[in-house]
Amino acid sequence: MMQPGLYQLLFISAALFFIGVYGFFTRRNLITMLMSIELILNSVNLNFIAFNKYLWPDKMDGLFFTLFIIAIAAAEAAVAIAIIINLYRSHNSIDVENAEELKY
Amino acid sequence: MMNGSTIIFYLLAALTLVSGLLSVSTRQIFRAAIYLLFSLIGIAGIYFWLDYQFIAAVQIVVYVGGIVVLIIFSIFLTQQAGEKLAKQKIGRKIFSALAAFCGFALTMLQVYQHEFYEPSETAVSPTVFDIGKKMLSVNDKGYALPFEVISMLLLAALVGCIVIALRNKPEPK
Repeated sequence: MMQPGLYQLLFISAALFFIGVYGFFTRRNLITMLMSIELILNSVNLNFIAFNKYLWPDKMDGLFFTLFIIAIAAAEAAVAIAIIINLYRSHNSIDVENAEELKY
Repeated sequence: MMNGSTIIFYLLAALTLVSGLLSVSTRQIFRAAIYLLFSLIGIAGIYFWLDYQFIAAVQIVVYVGGIVVLIIFSIFLTQQAGEKLAKQKIGRKIFSALAAFCGFALTMLQVYQHEFYEPSETAVSPTVFDIGKKMLSVNDKGYALPFEVISMLLLAALVGCIVIALRNKPEPK
């Protein structure tokens, strides 16, 4: 078996990204689509960390990008869930097929 | 040649990918959230394996402790108990899987054809002390400006959440 290195990490990251893409294509429930987005964001974070670790081990840029992406992901999840709950209150459903109006 | 570290890495990778796959394919939404939780824990384990303890801790605190709990709460608020998600059309599933697989194959082909150069610099282990010092320094290698921008973004998100979630009052006549 191969010694884990940059290529193995990139494989995991790409696989997780496309798992998230698959979920985003097939799911029709807004909360599960949000979960797919979280998987995609995590794969991006893993990518940054892998490049930082194996290509620029003397710098910390990838690490800071990951930190900021985590903060943005938290803000994004909070806003998305506020919108989802508001949608549920007005339409009684969180299926994307039923969410076709932008206002009221 | 297998040593303990290699075995742990592949176990963490398998945990991450298998629970990620289950999270997007299960039809019970609560189980999807729990599988997502395990996938995120696997990622945090990979960060620990790479010796980035601070990022791993942030990952656990923010994702596992914050976002997944938020998702589970919103599942409680919006789903009927014991209700399964609607079955998807088989054609949509097949084409989505095909698209995702083709994208994955293309990406990995590019990655394996590319030759990454070996770094010559000696590695530094980023301690919390170094990270904090760099994040708040204002000279041209510091991250004080993005830090402030993120603070403003979090504030804006907070206000936005409150405004969106406000129950709008009936119009006075």
